[in-house]
Amino acid sequence: MNIVVCVKQVPDTATERKLRSDDNTIDRSANGVINELCEYAVEDALKLKEAHGGEVTVLTMGPDQATDAIRKALAMGADKAVHLSDEALHGSDALSTSYALSQALKKIGFDVVILGSESTDARTGMLAAMLAERLGVPQLTLASKIEVSGSAISIHRQTDYGYDKVEATLPAVVSVVEKPDPFKPRYPSFKGIMAAKKKPIEKLGIADAEIDPAQIGLAAAWSVVADFTPAPPRGKGVVVNDEGDGGTKAAEFLVSKKFI
Amino acid sequence: MAEILVLVEQVDGEIKKVTLELLTLARSLGEPSAVWAGPGYTDTAKARLSEYGAEKIYVADSADIADHLVAPKAELLASLVGGRSPAAVLVASTTEGKEVAGRLAIKTDSGVITDAVGVAEGFVAEQPVFGGGVIVHSKVAKGTPIIAVRPNSTQPVAVAGAGAEEKVDVALSDAARGARVVERVKEKSSSRPELTEAAIVVSGGRGVGADFSIIEQLADSLGAAVGASRAVTDSGWYPHEFQVGQTGKTVAPQLYIAAGISGAIQHRAGMQTAKTIVVINKDGQAPIWEIADFGVVGDLHKVLPQLIDEITKRK
Repeated sequence: MNIVVCVKQVPDTATERKLRSDDNTIDRSANGVINELCEYAVEDALKLKEAHGGEVTVLTMGPDQATDAIRKALAMGADKAVHLSDEALHGSDALSTSYALSQALKKIGFDVVILGSESTDARTGMLAAMLAERLGVPQLTLASKIEVSGSAISIHRQTDYGYDKVEATLPAVVSVVEKPDPFKPRYPSFKGIMAAKKKPIEKLGIADAEIDPAQIGLAAAWSVVADFTPAPPRGKGVVVNDEGDGGTKAAEFLVSKKFI
Repeated sequence: MAEILVLVEQVDGEIKKVTLELLTLARSLGEPSAVWAGPGYTDTAKARLSEYGAEKIYVADSADIADHLVAPKAELLASLVGGRSPAAVLVASTTEGKEVAGRLAIKTDSGVITDAVGVAEGFVAEQPVFGGGVIVHSKVAKGTPIIAVRPNSTQPVAVAGAGAEEKVDVALSDAARGARVVERVKEKSSSRPELTEAAIVVSGGRGVGADFSIIEQLADSLGAAVGASRAVTDSGWYPHEFQVGQTGKTVAPQLYIAAGISGAIQHRAGMQTAKTIVVINKDGQAPIWEIADFGVVGDLHKVLPQLIDEITKRK
């Protein structure tokens, strides 16, 4: 099975994240890490390979430093990587990004594409659905469980009430959600980290992937950020120590705010 | 007045609160037209949508729409955008709503904005980003603005609309039938409100332990939804769909009660835009205190039972 897993490098959520004042795009200059949900996607891709054979290709779109996210995925056990990188891609919105990645995916070829259900930076949660739309293949998103049998694929799609069982025929685009132990992403072993250094990373420019420059980048964006400001800080709160009456005090506060 | 399409969110024919919020918001921007997708449309639904200002109701109630994932709804909306040229399309910024919006944007060559908490004249959307740390104003530059609006962003206000029904027949493409929903599994039957829609959320963290009943009891005494921190869902103490935070749900209720949650930045990213935040934690130095409006430093297993008693007494 030809498995492509899309990963994204994002600013570390544990640090202060910023927008760039020159063009209102996300500042990606520092503290880049692999998006957490992408690690789940890599894990699920590796599990599919272990069960059904084939190859796992990592695909990322991003500036040069996104190589860190690729190396992590390779160290976890992916076989090879494609890095779609071009100055012209800077500032691409969800429409442009889905277009550029769909072009790269057409070039690479796939039976299944796996993504994290959203990135922690933009959090639009749309990319998997948009790739399915652009590629004309079934969308199997928000999967907490994936099963493949021959050309049939089914998932458990996480919902507010539990899950939906959804079926399709390959090829398909799958996005995955976070899962509890023991389904957490594996840690790269020392051997894996060493092996990753020798695995091939193919650089792809926009011409290589037959990407129309008029459809990408900040100039082509379908939506634009007009301005941004830091959120106003919250006021100082009231804190009491529990001296046997903490619950009562909390109730009094809720009454004062008309919640009870 | 310009027509604004509002995609109705409903479960088994019951309209979700966010739809009433979207209709209210749409009235400030133009004339709302509700779009009903899937089976379950009834006179009760019609009355509800009209009550909150729907001038028109497009009804596409074939089972085919609900039996296939996301794509049919995008096709339905795309055909309406093509035929009616609305000024904008509003959907709920839920996981599915955003997926519909994304596919619709491609079909109609239009810009899309997600996680809006307000939409002003000229369809300028306000979005909190980076977990609410930064407020962004954005605008669609091409096509018909498609805006996904978060639940709890607008107070729903009833102002009657004409509610003129129009049946819509959509011939779904083969591509839209690619992903078949074969079973809906309801794991938790609960009378609690849905997490992202609830006016009050009671969340528990590591400090609660594996038994979440005290959190559920407090939630039920307040008519609230239950949430959980990642430490809890990671341990399998509570299902992942209840996780609040950077990699879970984003909530913005009127009241958020955080019990036994230390408040890592990733948790705060999912809840710090709540109007009022109440903290119960025995660690007075935990980062959650930075955003507390009121809090009790103490053992939640002592404080919460007393709080529940007090709430029950005052009812």
